[in-house]
Amino acid sequence: MALFNHSVAPQVPKIRMVGVSKAFGRKKVLSGLDLDVYPGESLVIIGGSGTGKSVTLKCILGLLKPDAGRIEIDGRDVAQISAKEREKALSQIGMLFQNAALFDSLNVWENVAFSLLQNKKMGAKDARKIALKKLAQVGLKSDVADVYPADLSGGMKKRVGLARAIATDPAIIFFDEPTTGLDPIMSDVINELIVDTVKGLGATALTITHDMNSARKIADRIAMLYEGKIIWVGTVKELDKTKNPYVRQFVAGSAKGPIQMEVKVPK
Amino acid sequence: MELSFINKLGRVVLNFFEATGRLGIFCGQTIYHCVTPPFYLKSLGRQLIEIGFYSLPVVALTTLFSGMVIALQTYTGFSQFSAEGAVAMVVLVAVTRELAPVMAGLMVAGRIGAAMAAEIGTMRVTEQIDALSTLSTNPFKYLIAPRVVAGVLMLPVLVLIGDVIGICGGYMIGVYKLEFNATTYLVNTWQYLKPMDIISGLTKAGVFGFIITLLGCYNGFQSKGGAQGVGQATTNAVVSASILILIFNYILTEVFFNA
Repeated sequence: MALFNHSVAPQVPKIRMVGVSKAFGRKKVLSGLDLDVYPGESLVIIGGSGTGKSVTLKCILGLLKPDAGRIEIDGRDVAQISAKEREKALSQIGMLFQNAALFDSLNVWENVAFSLLQNKKMGAKDARKIALKKLAQVGLKSDVADVYPADLSGGMKKRVGLARAIATDPAIIFFDEPTTGLDPIMSDVINELIVDTVKGLGATALTITHDMNSARKIADRIAMLYEGKIIWVGTVKELDKTKNPYVRQFVAGSAKGPIQMEVKVPK
Repeated sequence: MELSFINKLGRVVLNFFEATGRLGIFCGQTIYHCVTPPFYLKSLGRQLIEIGFYSLPVVALTTLFSGMVIALQTYTGFSQFSAEGAVAMVVLVAVTRELAPVMAGLMVAGRIGAAMAAEIGTMRVTEQIDALSTLSTNPFKYLIAPRVVAGVLMLPVLVLIGDVIGICGGYMIGVYKLEFNATTYLVNTWQYLKPMDIISGLTKAGVFGFIITLLGCYNGFQSKGGAQGVGQATTNAVVSASILILIFNYILTEVFFNA
């Protein structure tokens, strides 16, 4: 059924979400979200806090189970394939977490080489060599390799997190608010690193952010998430020309417009 | 008024069954991942040392003083019936069947259960557990299985050592304070030593090890909401493990000695 519906599409999307819904108790977070991410492109999802950006990523990663809808990776519904195949499909995704989520019991190079050491059963010597190479790619010198994450600054943690995400040369990389909590210069450094590493790997990238500077820099296409649905998709150029009032308000960063923040005022 | 009471009661009952069900599923998943590869032996080794070796001083001290106090108490009671000779036997039975497993269980619940809930809880709220999944590592296999296996293996070892130390404590009081004949005391102890007493104590220890590590991991795994959530998880882990240890202690005693 799905094949016939979408047979006119130019290529099989790397990630496809169809009608994905997710609610927590009575609170609906995603309500029928549709999204295609094509191979090799960098798609950025923008949207306000609490609109379901993180939930979207977690549904694709299998950390949350959608209540309804379908998620396909390489054209295959992840809910229909065997556990082993699903593991394989998900193992090609690397992710940079919002606060880096480095393992604080391991030092920097062990964090970067985690997957190589634990799953590929690589020797410590070889794994360290690769970890140092990946650290160099994100602009970190070998002297941080033996430091523990607690002793790193926010920007350094993000870089180590990025190095860990690309350590196994993933085909898909997710970025969860990559610039949140960083100063403007460090934000730009991270944005450039993201563009370089994604293009260098030829990977498909999916980023969620509310930082418009970051979105403009990283994105091939931008999608706007509002009330659990994708309400607009287009290129950066199209973003500046769109008449969609929701997108215009978000890009302008204005409190006035169709998007009303739920602010509880004490009576 | 009446309806709201029934409402509340209903909610409490539903919550109870929900929590029990969730723990049951977690328990099943844990056992499954303990027996299926891949096994993370390095993590297991670290946990064996953490639970077994570093809990030794605490367990040694508690069982030592428990054995000592039992000798003292039974003497004051039994001397009224001129039955001082039974002190060695009472110390032996009390320490091996009850005191060593229960004391060690409660102390390790405080030491290890709390630490596990705090560590795994912090990993949960800082997304480190999600990060494990994205690095193709099953958190059950990497974090929980090694802890539970180490708990089940190490608690009996700790209790066996605690048995010896507890009996030594009784001996010290018996011989040096109550001035029993040392040889008679040892002969009495040896005479009354039954394998079943030791085996029941070690079985209890294994079950307690499972309870402590399972609840430590479960509460940590379910924690949410930052520092406060982790604190709550730690408290829940210790309290629920301690209560379950005492309940299962009774059940296992029934099974071993009354069935």
